[in-house]
Amino acid sequence: MRPSAAGQALRYALLNLMALAVLLPFAGIVLAALHPSGSRVDGVSVPDRWSWENFGLAWREGGFGDLMLSSLIVSGAVVPLTVLLATMAGFALSVLGVWGGRVLSLGFVLGLTVPVELLVIALYYNLREVGLTDAYTGVVLAEVALFLPFGVYWMQSHFAGVPRELVESARMDGARDGTVLWRVLLPVSRPAVTTLTVLVFMWSWNQFLLVLVMLQDPSMRTAPTGLGLFVGRYGTDVPLLAAASLIVIAPIVVVYVVFQRSFVEGITRGAVKQ
Amino acid sequence: MGDPAVTGARAPGGARRTGRGGRGRGWLFLLPAVAVYLAFTVYPAVSTLQFSFLEWDGVAPPAWAGLDNFARVAAEPMLGRAVLNALVLIVFFTVLPILLGLLMTALLAGGVRRGTAFYRVVFFLPQVLPLVVVGTTWRWMYSDDGMVNQAFALAGLDHLTRAWLGDERFALAALGVVGTWIMSGLCMMLFMSGAQRVDPALHEAAAIDGAGPARRFLSITLPGLRREVSIAGVITTIAALASFDLVFVTTNGGPAGATNVPGLLVYRLAFNEGDIGAAGALAVVLTVLVVVFVGGIRLLAKEDA
Repeated sequence: MRPSAAGQALRYALLNLMALAVLLPFAGIVLAALHPSGSRVDGVSVPDRWSWENFGLAWREGGFGDLMLSSLIVSGAVVPLTVLLATMAGFALSVLGVWGGRVLSLGFVLGLTVPVELLVIALYYNLREVGLTDAYTGVVLAEVALFLPFGVYWMQSHFAGVPRELVESARMDGARDGTVLWRVLLPVSRPAVTTLTVLVFMWSWNQFLLVLVMLQDPSMRTAPTGLGLFVGRYGTDVPLLAAASLIVIAPIVVVYVVFQRSFVEGITRGAVKQ
Repeated sequence: MGDPAVTGARAPGGARRTGRGGRGRGWLFLLPAVAVYLAFTVYPAVSTLQFSFLEWDGVAPPAWAGLDNFARVAAEPMLGRAVLNALVLIVFFTVLPILLGLLMTALLAGGVRRGTAFYRVVFFLPQVLPLVVVGTTWRWMYSDDGMVNQAFALAGLDHLTRAWLGDERFALAALGVVGTWIMSGLCMMLFMSGAQRVDPALHEAAAIDGAGPARRFLSITLPGLRREVSIAGVITTIAALASFDLVFVTTNGGPAGATNVPGLLVYRLAFNEGDIGAAGALAVVLTVLVVVFVGGIRLLAKEDA
C-alpha cells in the first residue's frame, strides 16, 4: 500500500501543524527575551532592537550564579548516587537473588505511584529535627529515594535481559560478585546506564516541590525553584522573565539534544515518574 | 529489556540464583538502596499518614484528632473543590491527549517515514522541560497581550479575548490546556511506535476483505495499542493528580480558588498555615486517588486482553 502523494502531503501538513503548536511558545519566549527589559511584548513579535543584555540582567537580578551552582551540586550528587545504588540493587535482585527479593521488588515498584506531596510534609518536619533541612545532604538523599523505584526497576529488568551464560561463565572462572557486576555486566550495560543517567539528571534538575520545601535558604535553592520565586518578583517584566526561563532550561535542552535517543527510550519504556 | 514499568506490578524476570554462598550475600548490594528508600520514602510516607490523625501546628505538642482531618477534606468546600479540580484536570491531561494521539496515529498510520527523528525530538520536548518554565511561558501566553489572545484576534474573535487565567470560569480549563499541550506529543509518539508493531499483513488482508481505513484502525490498530494506551493513561493521570509546579507558578490556586489542586493546598496548609493534620489528610487522599486510578487503568488494560 503506497500512500498517495496528496495523502502524504496532508500527513506532513498535519505533523508540521502539531510541531508548530509545540514550538511556537518557545519561539515566543526566545523573541520576548530579546525585547528591551520592562517593555510590553505582544505575543509573538520581533523586537525593533535585539536586547542581548537581558540574559546578563536576569542572571544578576535573579542570583542565577548561586542557583545554577546549587543545581549542579544537587544533580551532581543525586545522579551518580541514584545510578550506583540502583545498579547494585538491580544486580542483587535480578542476578544474585536474595531472601525476600520478590517482596522488595514489589516495594520499590509501589514507590512509583507515591506522589511527592505525600513525602514532603514528613520529610520537612522530621529532617528539621536532625538539622537536615537547609542542607544539601537532606535534599540529595530525598531525591535519590524518590528516583530509586524507577532506577531499581530499570536496572533489574535490564540485567534480567542479559544472557545468563555471560554470568555463568564468569563464575566458572571464579569471579566474585563485584567482579561479575563491574567487569562482566557493566561493560554490556552502557545504553541502559546512560538512559538512566540522563533521566535522573532531568528529574533532578527539574525537581521543584521537594527543593522548595527542603531548602528554604534562597541562596541554596536550585535554578527552577529560583525561577519560581523570580516570577513572583518580576512577574510583569516579560523580557527579563523569558531570559531567566531560557537560562534555566539551557542545560536540560543541551543534554536532551545530545542524548535524545536515551531520553526517548527511557520515557517510552516506562517513565511513570516525574 | 522487559515490559514497561507500568504494565504490571510484577517484578521483571525471576531472580536467577547463581549458586555458591547462599542468598544472603546479595543483601550487601541491596542494603544502600533499601536503607535510603526506607529512610527517605517509606518512613516519611508512614509519618505523613500519622500526621493526618493529629491536630498539629508544627510547633506546639500535637493532639490526637482521629478522623477529623479526613472529615474536613470531605466537608470543607475549599478542600473538596481542590480534589474535584484535580479530577477535571484528568480530562485535559489524560483523555484529550489520548484521543488526540489516537486520531493522529490513525491519520498518519504508516505514511510517515522521513523526518521521524525530528518530530520525535520536538514532540518529546515538553516532557523534558521543567514545569516551572512551561508554566511561566503559558502565564505570559494567556495574559491580556499574550499569544493566545493574539491568535483569537487574528481569527476575528476579538470579543473572546480575555486574561484567561484571571477569569474564574476559564482558569481551570486554561491550565488544563497546558496539560494537553504537554502530554499530547508523548501519547502520539507512544501510539505511533506501538502501531508500527502491528503486522502489515493484517491490514492487507482486511483491505482485501473490503475494510476501509477507519474500520482497519478500529479493529486492527486500536486493539494492538492497548498496552501503550494504558501506559499513557498512567503517566498522564499521575501528572494530572499530582500537579503542583504548574499551578504554583501560573495561578497559585486563584482566582477565588478556581484552580486550587490538592498538591497546592498540601503545601499551603503544611508550610504557610501550620495545619499539618489537614495537609497530611489531603496528601493521603491524593495518594489513594493516584493508586486507585493507576490500579484501575492497569486492571482495565488486563481485562480487555
